[in-house]
Amino acid sequence: MGDILSLVAKRLGLGLLILFIISIIIFFMVELLPGDIAQAVLGQGATEENVAALRKEMGLDKPAIVRYLEWLGGAVQFNFGNSIVTGESVTATIGPRFMNTLFLATYAAVIAVPFAIVLGIIVALLRNSIFDRVANVATLSAISSPEFFLGYILILYFAVNMGAFPAISSLSEDMGTWELLNRTFLPALTLVLVVTAHMMRMTRAAIINLLASPYIEMARLKGVPPWRVIVKHALPNAWAPIINVVALNLAYLITGVVLVEVVFVYPGIGQALVDAVSKRDFPVVQACCLIFAATFILLNLAADVGAILTNPRLRHPK
Amino acid sequence: MTKVKDQILIDRLAEAAREGRISRRSFMNYSLAAGMTASAATGLWATSAKAQPKSGGHFRLGAHDGNTSDTHDPGTYVSFSMIQLAHTFRSYLTLIEPDGSLGPDVASEWSATPDAKEWTFKLNPNATFHSGRKVTANDVVASLNHHRGEDTTSAAAALVSDIEEIVDNGDNSITVKMAGGNADLPWLMTDYHLAICPANEDGSIDWRSGDGCGPYRLVNAEMGVNYELERHDGWHLDGAYFDKVTITVLNDPNARQTALVTGDVDAVTQIELKTKSLLQRDPNIAIDEVPSAATVTHPMFCDQAPFDDVNVRNALKLSMDRQEIIDKIFFGTASLGNDFHHSPAMPYWPDDIPQREYDPEKAKSLLKKAGAEGLEVTLHTADSVVSGAVDMAVLYSEQAKQSGITINVKREPNDGYYSDVWLKKPWCMVQWGARPTPDVMYSLAYKEDAAWNESHWENDRFNELLVKAKAELDDAKRAEMYREMALLARNDGGTVIPIFTNFVYARRKNVQHGENLAPSWQMDGARACSRWWFA
Amino acid sequence: MSIFVIGYYALLLGASCLAAYFNKRSLFMLLFTLTLVSFIIGIVGGVSALWFVTGAAALILLAGMTAYGFREFLVQILPGEASKEFKTAPLTAAFGMFVIFTYLVMGIFAPLIAPHGEAEVIASAFAPADDTMLLGADQLGRDIFSRIVYGTRNSVGLALAATVLAFLLGAIAGLLAATKGGWFDQLMGRIADVIMSIPSLIFALLMLSIFGPSIPVIIGAVAVIYAPRVFRLTRAVAGNVVVMDYIEAAKLRGEGTWYLIRKEILPNSTAPLVAEFGLEFCFVFLLVAGLSFLGLGIQPPTADWGSMVRENATLISFGDITPLIPAAAIALLTVAVNFVVDWMLHRSSGLKE
Repeated sequence: MGDILSLVAKRLGLGLLILFIISIIIFFMVELLPGDIAQAVLGQGATEENVAALRKEMGLDKPAIVRYLEWLGGAVQFNFGNSIVTGESVTATIGPRFMNTLFLATYAAVIAVPFAIVLGIIVALLRNSIFDRVANVATLSAISSPEFFLGYILILYFAVNMGAFPAISSLSEDMGTWELLNRTFLPALTLVLVVTAHMMRMTRAAIINLLASPYIEMARLKGVPPWRVIVKHALPNAWAPIINVVALNLAYLITGVVLVEVVFVYPGIGQALVDAVSKRDFPVVQACCLIFAATFILLNLAADVGAILTNPRLRHPK
Repeated sequence: MTKVKDQILIDRLAEAAREGRISRRSFMNYSLAAGMTASAATGLWATSAKAQPKSGGHFRLGAHDGNTSDTHDPGTYVSFSMIQLAHTFRSYLTLIEPDGSLGPDVASEWSATPDAKEWTFKLNPNATFHSGRKVTANDVVASLNHHRGEDTTSAAAALVSDIEEIVDNGDNSITVKMAGGNADLPWLMTDYHLAICPANEDGSIDWRSGDGCGPYRLVNAEMGVNYELERHDGWHLDGAYFDKVTITVLNDPNARQTALVTGDVDAVTQIELKTKSLLQRDPNIAIDEVPSAATVTHPMFCDQAPFDDVNVRNALKLSMDRQEIIDKIFFGTASLGNDFHHSPAMPYWPDDIPQREYDPEKAKSLLKKAGAEGLEVTLHTADSVVSGAVDMAVLYSEQAKQSGITINVKREPNDGYYSDVWLKKPWCMVQWGARPTPDVMYSLAYKEDAAWNESHWENDRFNELLVKAKAELDDAKRAEMYREMALLARNDGGTVIPIFTNFVYARRKNVQHGENLAPSWQMDGARACSRWWFA
Repeated sequence: MSIFVIGYYALLLGASCLAAYFNKRSLFMLLFTLTLVSFIIGIVGGVSALWFVTGAAALILLAGMTAYGFREFLVQILPGEASKEFKTAPLTAAFGMFVIFTYLVMGIFAPLIAPHGEAEVIASAFAPADDTMLLGADQLGRDIFSRIVYGTRNSVGLALAATVLAFLLGAIAGLLAATKGGWFDQLMGRIADVIMSIPSLIFALLMLSIFGPSIPVIIGAVAVIYAPRVFRLTRAVAGNVVVMDYIEAAKLRGEGTWYLIRKEILPNSTAPLVAEFGLEFCFVFLLVAGLSFLGLGIQPPTADWGSMVRENATLISFGDITPLIPAAAIALLTVAVNFVVDWMLHRSSGLKE
């Protein structure tokens, strides 16, 4: 176990370094955006004097590097500062929204991951049959349509025509669990459709990839039934790539759902990020991006650890 | 026989009046035709239409354009959903009535000195904040001062820059003293930034708490997501029929539309024009369309070649088929513009100026006169200017080919459009919200020394008239001056004004409204929450 | 019971009996399952659902025939080796190739195929289809069919350029990193980590807002976003190859890095890279479409499928299929590409069945 712990520690250290670099990149990208925040806040109707006054109030008259260092000083103490536009603390602004995003991602993942893996195993078993082809075409079509469009189609069928689920997923605090699940079903379903294909195809490919190996051949010649060959012999060695793709898709569920949030009016973090970019609200952009990056890094780490745990050979790289 | 028929007609009329489908004038005409006496018809109108508003219910409004970064600071109001909210929980000194006239709000009456330099507003003694405190002259002075002074961060600073002093008269009235005469000051007080907020001890205002003196009290606000409100029982005006109001931000047009169709909300702002006719087929949904003073201008720098030649400017104006633009870009929901920035929804509109038509031949001959045949120009635009803005530019460039003009459409990013393109590029598209009076509009963007003189147009006669009309309290004389100014802008100015957009919004049929809808903002001048009711 | 319904079931039952008689097991299973499923569909959805099934079956049959014909065609015209390869290709792969071929022709000869100009306004808004307009007109009265044809050029061209660039960047960096190792490998790995940790849509949003949404910027931004994924894959695949004995031998012979990459490593790692290319191509396509949804896509009036879907997307709520046409064009291409990729993967995996 010690080697895994040292790997985790090393990767976490590296992760912090990456977060630091990302914070620099994001800061200067936001600086480079055309237009400025005071202008963006005041809109078309601003005069030069009040833009200047607002810039001063927001602390934008200081040089960029000073503002970055100030932010960094706070960030290392887990104080991510206040939103430039609203003056509220960043944690309070995006905290609840991040929880919403996590909820939706979990909801979708709980459905999508088992579904995709089981489906992947089944199509690997029935490879080249009509079922394989149909599943292949269906999942490919699902990922090939833009996700906002998938959302619109689901709304048309499930909300407008059938009236089974609400068309918008706005949340309120006094909602029960059942109502919550009901309200967020359509966005979750959209996400499921989006991520299933990738995971299913990778499961199928990883298993099929192994079927030509001599040890599988051996098992088959012994007369082991096909499903046992796949589940008992091929699957354990196929976990590494599958876990990797699952991690990648879980990260996507958290970081890439802006469009779904817009379509279903779901108060998640993606919408907050896009708003913050358009208002040049650097502390909020920074916090969101760091959350996303940290999610990605942690999931990747989890995937690697998972791969090692399922395949002891990876513990001792040549 | 005729009697029965007439009775059916009268019943139908009464029903139409109840549902708000018919104006009072047409109601009277039809009723008289159906054999009623004038007094009986008036009585029927009163019982059918006037007595109709009913209290109760929970009104859910889906509003577009909301941002997570919105705040309650009235000086930085910019997104449309905040404007809706502001008119629901805050009040202003004056307001625009459904018929487009000016009406009292926190100020119950007002008067001016003959030179229109000093205006006195008497406050309504019944006006109270949601906290229960009375609205005092002190609050009003502080609220207006929020937008004045050197270090103000308000976007309305330009609007009130003429004000020199605001005095609390001590008798529940205030006096506004200005540098120059301005007959429009009471109109200016309807501007959405100039909300009345409670004053702090030090003369600043308390906008953070969300306290206001409007028809509804803010219960819960999640910025850019949704706002929950309850009726403020001590409101100083009539209306506020709903018990509760929820404003939900629905930025995606499809989300607004489906939410309305499925009944998740009772009314929505700004429906998508291309699906308007399809939405209309839904028997549960009513669409309201109100001509407005909002527009999309195409200002060209009059001091820069090739636009420094008036013939080139007019050739470009003639090369646009406005009707096709209305049909294809706005799906019929716009009215023709005539290249002067004064719409029929504003007071003093001159109705006898001939409409400019699409005339490629004449444009060609003008270009010849200017020696600019084969003109090639670039028009800058962005998606955010107006829905369909880029399509509009593309369509215009297709139309202009008939006059031998090549218009290159350049789509700019939405971000920073108004800081990097507007007032910087020689020809671009600009969205203008409705302004209450022609003077506000002309002073803002057509006066020679205005910061936003977007077309760099300098016409001596126009500027002379502008100053004169501003302080003129005689309406007839004023109207005549605005007519002359409109002609000057139309024939010499550098701004193509193809259309004035209509406000198009929708509600479920069980939501009712009065006979007129205010032309100042969407949703009945952004006051649907306090003016409408459930049937 | 209409004649159609009776004929429908009679045909299915007859066909399954014939299949059973001639011992075509899988065909029988397929036909009979379809019969059973049709019972349920027929009861739930009525005659119209059966028509739908018939239509779908006819479409699949048509696609199958096209694919079969196209494969035979390729086998005939191609020389020895290649023709042998194609003979073993499954029908799906042949269909995929046919679709790609069609899109290629459409893209290259767009101005000749499209009856109208890309931005030409020829009719009123949403005019229905007629002799000159196969699919009717869009919101400005432009011919949808012509715009789809031009869109092939723009959308596919853009996505292809971006994917190719991403692959060039990612693969070269990955191969170099695998061959050279050491600090270069580490540096590249960390750079890839950083880029991958920033959500792609946000990264693209920021880049396009900074540099403006012109085509070179879109291609560059998308390439930068996807290059790290390719880098990782290449690095992993090449990493396995580099430790092989024949590479050692080549190194001992004194071959240069470029020789190793070109002659030894690359030929042994193409298969996974090609497979990745297929999927990445889809993702690039979707990212570009998503960017158009946020208003940062290709400049109008240039037609591209993503923007065409976005412009008319709300119509779908009223059951209008206009936005489905460009969406279907996107879906068909990605499915086709992946069919071909599947076949290539299958060949390279060495699985013989």
